[in-house]
Amino acid sequence: MGFFEIRDHTADIQLVSGGASLEDAFEQAALGLFSFITETKRVQPKSQYPVSLEATDPEALLVAWLNHLLYLHDADRLLFSRFAVQEITSTSLQAILFGEEYDKTRHVMKDMVKAATWHQVKISQETKKGKPWVEAKIILDV
Amino acid sequence: MARVATGLKRLDEFRWKIEEDYKPGMRVPGIIYANEELMKSIAQDQAVEQVANVAMLPGIVKASLAMPDIHWGYGFPIGGVAATSTDDGVISPGGIGFDVNCGVRLLRSRLTEEDVRPVLKDLVDQLYVNIPSGVGAKGKIRLDRKGLEKVAAQGSQWAVSEGYGWHSDLDATESRGKYPGADPTKVGPKPYERGAGQLGTLGSGNHFLEVEVVDKIYRPNVAAALGLEEGMVTILIHTGSRGFGHQMTTDYLVVMDRASKQYGISLPDRQLACAPFSSSEGQDYLAAMACAANFAWANRQCITHWTRQAFEQILKKNAEQLGLHVVYDLTHNVAKIEDHTINGTRKTLCIHRKGATRAYPPGHPELPETHKPLGQVVLVPGDMGRYSYVLVGTEKAAEDTFACTCHGAGRMKSRGQAKRDRKARDVMDELASKGIIIRAENYATITEEAPDAYKDAGEVVKVCEGAGISLRVARLRPIGVVKG
Repeated sequence: MGFFEIRDHTADIQLVSGGASLEDAFEQAALGLFSFITETKRVQPKSQYPVSLEATDPEALLVAWLNHLLYLHDADRLLFSRFAVQEITSTSLQAILFGEEYDKTRHVMKDMVKAATWHQVKISQETKKGKPWVEAKIILDV
Repeated sequence: MARVATGLKRLDEFRWKIEEDYKPGMRVPGIIYANEELMKSIAQDQAVEQVANVAMLPGIVKASLAMPDIHWGYGFPIGGVAATSTDDGVISPGGIGFDVNCGVRLLRSRLTEEDVRPVLKDLVDQLYVNIPSGVGAKGKIRLDRKGLEKVAAQGSQWAVSEGYGWHSDLDATESRGKYPGADPTKVGPKPYERGAGQLGTLGSGNHFLEVEVVDKIYRPNVAAALGLEEGMVTILIHTGSRGFGHQMTTDYLVVMDRASKQYGISLPDRQLACAPFSSSEGQDYLAAMACAANFAWANRQCITHWTRQAFEQILKKNAEQLGLHVVYDLTHNVAKIEDHTINGTRKTLCIHRKGATRAYPPGHPELPETHKPLGQVVLVPGDMGRYSYVLVGTEKAAEDTFACTCHGAGRMKSRGQAKRDRKARDVMDELASKGIIIRAENYATITEEAPDAYKDAGEVVKVCEGAGISLRVARLRPIGVVKG
């Protein structure tokens, strides 16, 4: 559960995502990224792809996460529509990606993303109305 | 924003200064090239803050510069220039960007608009077919890892040796299409995997291939020396290092993030992550960046080959008869090691150009022989509905801006705003009313790249000429556009 939103930036775009946990914020960020690239409702979660990543801190982990997804998308021509973050700490992450190979006849490609940047990347964790709330902000180079 | 306004001091008609005490940590002042009109849009977002942030890089000399097409980027502003000392300064991938050697190539022809107009639609269609573009496009060239390493080491020179283009193309390419010191072993496996299917593809976003007509000549002698005449059909190609460069930079930003901490470099923005130029991290990045630059040159070289084929197919003459020669090919996202004079002393510097073009003066030893009397050719693409420009470099640029000038029109509207403002059909109608035919992979690109999303390149180049950092040679008017 959670949300993502794509906000304006002069040359690029800002992706904001959030939820009750770090897992939610990361899953939503991934969904936001792929919603920008393609119409995710047309992407069938046919295959599963396990991912394991490490980074120095939560922000670096978010950058690594989105960039790893872009790498899989661009190198292996994969599209994803579901993301399950199974375990996450401030420096590591295990997840399963659900998706399939790009098929020109069924999929709609929207915009290309070159990379997730480190510019103004921020993860804030706070308590809202007595419940935990995590929000992630990142700028994508498009 | 009030701080921005108070932090800026107008030096003259075309220059604004950000004083060194504007932000703690600035080592040099910032200088922005703009007239009053352009400054209004520049001051609206965080571009000015970014010029100030760049001024904090260790070893930066003289000033953090911004060209008139400056706009808010990530880390560095787009249109930003930073010269760092190779002795005690840093190298920062953020000062180059993900799309290493994003650049522009101009071809001329013996054709006039009258020759092309009757077959323009077929020609644009053929270009669109021959040159893979758009998201998910697969290139026509299949190379294994060894082959890709050759591309990374040799750039355009690899492409020409494989039959993609002419030897004379190399003479008209910056650095002869091969960045020296490229070491393919300094690039990890991921960039090779990502770049494998993308050599010879245009990409999407602001990348394009356009058929243009030389619409106006400002300096007849220079234009004649470049073989440009009023009414002549030309081709402008704008693309870069594709997934290879994006992934190489992604990988090295992780290395640089770690290195910044290790070397105790404190920065206001992690995207400015850097390492001392002479450190192993700095030198490894430079050798890998060179590989990405070479990938981009090979990319534009292959696209040139297929462009010639498209003209041959439609005009029914061979490319030699059509006179499809490269006028010049340049890079506007790169770091280069160059000698510049500061306060009378010659220094070797690492010039980061992030959306800025090199503009060497006449006589510079690095210029192609035939360009030596002219100065370095500068190609400034405008938006798809308005003019692009050919300029040349000047002595003043060598003195004041580390031989840098603008690289394009500069975005004014975000992509979201551009999409909300107009429909694709409306943009296509506007282009059609100007006699411009467009082929694009999707409608989103057409609205995102609508002419009114950009500043007028004409205003930008006027400021460059007014400030003396480059001079107008010719104006190009688009008639056919291929977009990703």
